[in-house]
Amino acid sequence: MSASNTTTITSIGAPNRRNTELALLVFAVAIPVFAYANTGLAKNGSVPAGLLGYGLGLGLLAGIAHLLVRKFAPYSDPLMLPIATLLNGLGLVLIWRLDQEPVLGAAMAPKQLMWSTLGVALFVCVLVFLKDHRILQRYTYISMFVALVLLVLPVFFPAVYGARIWVTLPGIGSLQPAEFAKIIITVFFAGYLMVKRDALALASRRFMGLYLPRGRDLGPILAIWAMSLLILVFETDLGTSLLFFGLFVIMLYVATERTSWIVFGLLLSAAGAVAVGSSEPHVKVRVQDWLHPLALHNGGVTETAQSMYAFGSGGLFGSGLGQGYSRLIGGIAPKSDYILATVGEELGLAGLMAILLLYALLVERGMRTALAARDPFGKLLAVGLSGAFALQVFVVAGGVTGLIPLTGMTMPFLAQGGSSVIANWALVAILLRISDTARRPAPSPAPSPDAEATQVVRSQ
Amino acid sequence: MSELTLTVMRLGFLAVLWLFVIVAVQVIRSDLFGTRVTQRAARRGDTGSRPPQQRQQAQPAPRQQPQNNRQRRGSPTKLVVAEGSLAGTTVALQGQTITLGRAHDSTIVLDDDYASSRHARIYPDRDGQWIVEDLGSTNGTYLDRNRLTTPTPVPLGAPIRIGKTVIELRK
Repeated sequence: MSASNTTTITSIGAPNRRNTELALLVFAVAIPVFAYANTGLAKNGSVPAGLLGYGLGLGLLAGIAHLLVRKFAPYSDPLMLPIATLLNGLGLVLIWRLDQEPVLGAAMAPKQLMWSTLGVALFVCVLVFLKDHRILQRYTYISMFVALVLLVLPVFFPAVYGARIWVTLPGIGSLQPAEFAKIIITVFFAGYLMVKRDALALASRRFMGLYLPRGRDLGPILAIWAMSLLILVFETDLGTSLLFFGLFVIMLYVATERTSWIVFGLLLSAAGAVAVGSSEPHVKVRVQDWLHPLALHNGGVTETAQSMYAFGSGGLFGSGLGQGYSRLIGGIAPKSDYILATVGEELGLAGLMAILLLYALLVERGMRTALAARDPFGKLLAVGLSGAFALQVFVVAGGVTGLIPLTGMTMPFLAQGGSSVIANWALVAILLRISDTARRPAPSPAPSPDAEATQVVRSQ
Repeated sequence: MSELTLTVMRLGFLAVLWLFVIVAVQVIRSDLFGTRVTQRAARRGDTGSRPPQQRQQAQPAPRQQPQNNRQRRGSPTKLVVAEGSLAGTTVALQGQTITLGRAHDSTIVLDDDYASSRHARIYPDRDGQWIVEDLGSTNGTYLDRNRLTTPTPVPLGAPIRIGKTVIELRK
């Protein structure tokens, strides 16, 4: 009965799945290369000249990432890296495809490729230097401070397209600090809730089937709510404020198991949305576009309506890559906010659903990681990061398909935008780190000297 | 480029995209059944991909498994819980000792009011014959209808009864 020769039925020692990951990665690099060739053939009648370079580049990035995962996170989840690679690769192809439309301005794909490379570099850095995700726990309050600074920073820079969400660095370009703040504030929430969750869960009065929290416990949620409203008012950034508040409510619910937090969260966000939506002009326009997409603006319908036309003309199987008319959605947005409309038109419902499923799988793996993680901080961090990812996908996809008012957020990995790609690669790296710790088989217990002795003792 | 080629490529691309999704789901599916995967890996004997703990645990197996195969062709390969709250659970027999009881570190953790925390164990003797031994439990372990007093060899398919739980060795 000594510990060394028994096995348990639990899933200890799930084998490391690095070979599975490698196979999927090859697949994930091949699909965008196929898409690239397809787009080139449809658009210019020839295989694009950069095909080999693009394929090798993407393969090299994926290969380096894979090798370092093998080295530094050998037990981590086998699906996240391939899915992220596939989405990033497809995003590059879609942006290149939209670059072929001269109406849409300068080429963005080379720059996006550079950002993706930087993203993978950050991914690698996080894996190499973050040996244990629990180190982040030490920086709970520092990360709150950093996140707040990052959120407030864009107020001091001029508004672009009606929203102050960019920080312009001369010579480098513009950054969206909110994308990074998303990760950093998750660290804060996870650290804070881990300490405070008992107070938040247990000290409450029951009223009409709801647990009413005490005033002093309600403080943080109100503070976050006020903060997200302030972001909304000063930066007119609907998406980020929705993301932050939603993230906090999700994590609060996961930490305390109290449905009342969800009710409070929904009520507060509804109140905030109505208040800001009826007062702030920029947000008001978005809400009007959402309610009346077919209303005429300067002699044309709104972008919302145009993206719906794109989805409609795509139908079930789409018009084929490079054969759609998403250039008709005006402005710079087709490459960033409305990239899903291009997917919907050229790949159809079938393609769009596949892409959304890929996002869902990525989020599922994150949640799975949270379930498998053994420490509460890791659990909350994994839930928060995958929840933030899911919320972002929901907010963008909901906005483009007309379910909710459009907000200026980017589709993770798919849409053009440097900060988004870099931040999301870092997010995936942290999730991989947590899953590596969670799936790592427990070290075999030291043989106890008492084990043999207890075995022979009999009571009868 | 001809219309036909483009149509084939368009549908082919969608097919490939969905194939990736399906393969990914298959990976998740195989990931859900962690134990089955480790058992298979153990049987093939590729120690390379197995985590250290498993490697250590499986070490007695290679020593005994060949003997098993030589001496008893009809030796059981798995232990099945036939009745009780754990009904349907199977554990592969790889030469390791299987402990039964309410203690959390038992191989089969019995959720049964009549089970003691360390109730019984099932282990192979030198010849590969599986033996069941009562570990001084309060309510006893029964093989068929007889209460066990000494370590007793378990024939294939004979019910081992612990409280409401019935366990059998099967091929």
